[in-house]
Amino acid sequence: MAATAAGPKVGKRRGRVLGNPGLIVSAVVLGAIVIMAVFAPLFAPYDPYAQILDDRLIPPAFIDAELADPRYLLGTDNLGRDYLSRLIYGARISLLIGFLTMLVSGVIGTAMGVAAGYFGGRVDTVVSFLVTTRLSLPVVMVALAVVAIAGGSLQVVVLVLGLLLWDRFAVVMRSATMQLRSLDYVAAARAIGASTPRVLLSEILPNLVSPLVVVASYEMAQAILLEAALSFLGLGVQPPLPSWGLMVAEAKEFMLFEPWMILLPGLAICILVLAINLLGDGIRDATAPEGR
Amino acid sequence: MLRFGLKRLALAIVVGVAVSAIAFMLLRVSGDLAAALAGEDASAADVERIRREFGLDRPLVVQYLEWLFKALQADLGRSLFYPESVSVLILTRLPNTLTLAGLGLVIALGISIPLGVLAALKRNTWVDRSALGLAVLGQAMPNFWFGLLMIFLFGLTLGWLPVSGSDTLRHFVLPAVTLGWFAAPVLMRLTRGGMVEVLQSDYIRTAHAKGLPVRVVLFKHALRNAIVPVVALSSVQFGNMLSGSVVIETVFALQGIGYLAWEAISRRDFPVVQGILLMVALFYVVLTLLADLANAWLDPRIRRG
Repeated sequence: MAATAAGPKVGKRRGRVLGNPGLIVSAVVLGAIVIMAVFAPLFAPYDPYAQILDDRLIPPAFIDAELADPRYLLGTDNLGRDYLSRLIYGARISLLIGFLTMLVSGVIGTAMGVAAGYFGGRVDTVVSFLVTTRLSLPVVMVALAVVAIAGGSLQVVVLVLGLLLWDRFAVVMRSATMQLRSLDYVAAARAIGASTPRVLLSEILPNLVSPLVVVASYEMAQAILLEAALSFLGLGVQPPLPSWGLMVAEAKEFMLFEPWMILLPGLAICILVLAINLLGDGIRDATAPEGR
Repeated sequence: MLRFGLKRLALAIVVGVAVSAIAFMLLRVSGDLAAALAGEDASAADVERIRREFGLDRPLVVQYLEWLFKALQADLGRSLFYPESVSVLILTRLPNTLTLAGLGLVIALGISIPLGVLAALKRNTWVDRSALGLAVLGQAMPNFWFGLLMIFLFGLTLGWLPVSGSDTLRHFVLPAVTLGWFAAPVLMRLTRGGMVEVLQSDYIRTAHAKGLPVRVVLFKHALRNAIVPVVALSSVQFGNMLSGSVVIETVFALQGIGYLAWEAISRRDFPVVQGILLMVALFYVVLTLLADLANAWLDPRIRRG
């Protein structure tokens, strides 16, 4: 019985995944970016920090075929650094900061949300207060101010963004936990004497995975956009690291004659964020209950 | 309603106090403020001198309470770089930011409401999907990059609009479009969702059955109800725009509080930084309070919840 009941359900889920081109395309694009970032030394034609001062500001072939140099597929920046290599290494920074920030904020937000949803009462009041307070703080200004005092390193950026972006995790996990709490099997687990940590870990948490993945993808995208903005404003990752936001900032003074220098890193951020967001949307659609 | 209102007001006050403590403590717990002010080459004696001069050697609680007490009398201290006091600095820059955020909101609503209604009416057609696609694409772009593209296209290439400063209303067009572009997607989704729900309700069917013209049903009956949460969210979005202004104003060198915040942060002008943080956060607290009260007034179910 169990096998026949599970059969069509699994098939339907597989159908939902395969019938969702957005999910597949975004997974492939994201996978490609991750592989490129992890094996950056294999993919990058040059050292991203090497300055070849004779070859400065060479445009890519699709911008200006005459001035282009076949050795530099996407041109070089004002210090003669290969743009393609810097873009490839830049993916490492975006992915690393996005992923670590998502982990930090995910742990904080999920702990708060599950506690509020499961225990309710006073715990819920405190968590709601913390969420309201956090939402009142202007994220970019707070992050800029902290980085200005603490210094612009990868760790500081991850920590400050992680401590700021947990609110959505808390809100979503709270309502999801509240729904689960009232279900029969959770009551049954408590009735047979399971301890509170056991109920939380083995009954509640496994059933939160699907909304968790959706929020996590969204927050990772947010963190990547925020890191880019902080670095663009000069108070994020510091030069000579090839952060995409920093590359846009460095290209700003050449905007009039070399607009491609701004276009490329911005497009890179756009593609990465789009892939992560669409993957999250796709997972949501594939795991949502029937009829939505 | 009164009970709900008072409870909500009490929460706003407690949040306001918490926010003021964070705005004050933030710079002090992030690192050594005196060392950051002194610069990298300063000797230990210089750092100590600065610490005493700005009163940073006193207990944090004493410093905070003194600042809070003065802040309640609209005295936020003196800037380290400008001759004006922090309150005067903020008040002179605030009109520019409010103009920017106001225009941004008008543009956001101007894009999102028609598009949301259209998407709801043409649900699950290519119109709906393109509107949603545009929203997803719009949210994936970094806002500073979008601003730079606007500068390049409409300022440098076409020469239609000024790209930097805040002298005339024309200076506000590009930054307001940029700000509005990023506030629009969430408002559009909400309009679409609300319209889809309302259009399926019984009273709309009744209105159609009575033989009312489609236009009247759509705009007088349906949109009026679907728009309530959108209006409430607009006030929250307005608050978000004030905090988002730091990036946009810096890109366009628009002399508002966002640009002031960035300048102050870059120069470690901490009285200005904590003053702006406090002000923007309190603005947000008040706006969400108003939004919640408006929602509760319009929808009795919220009051009981």
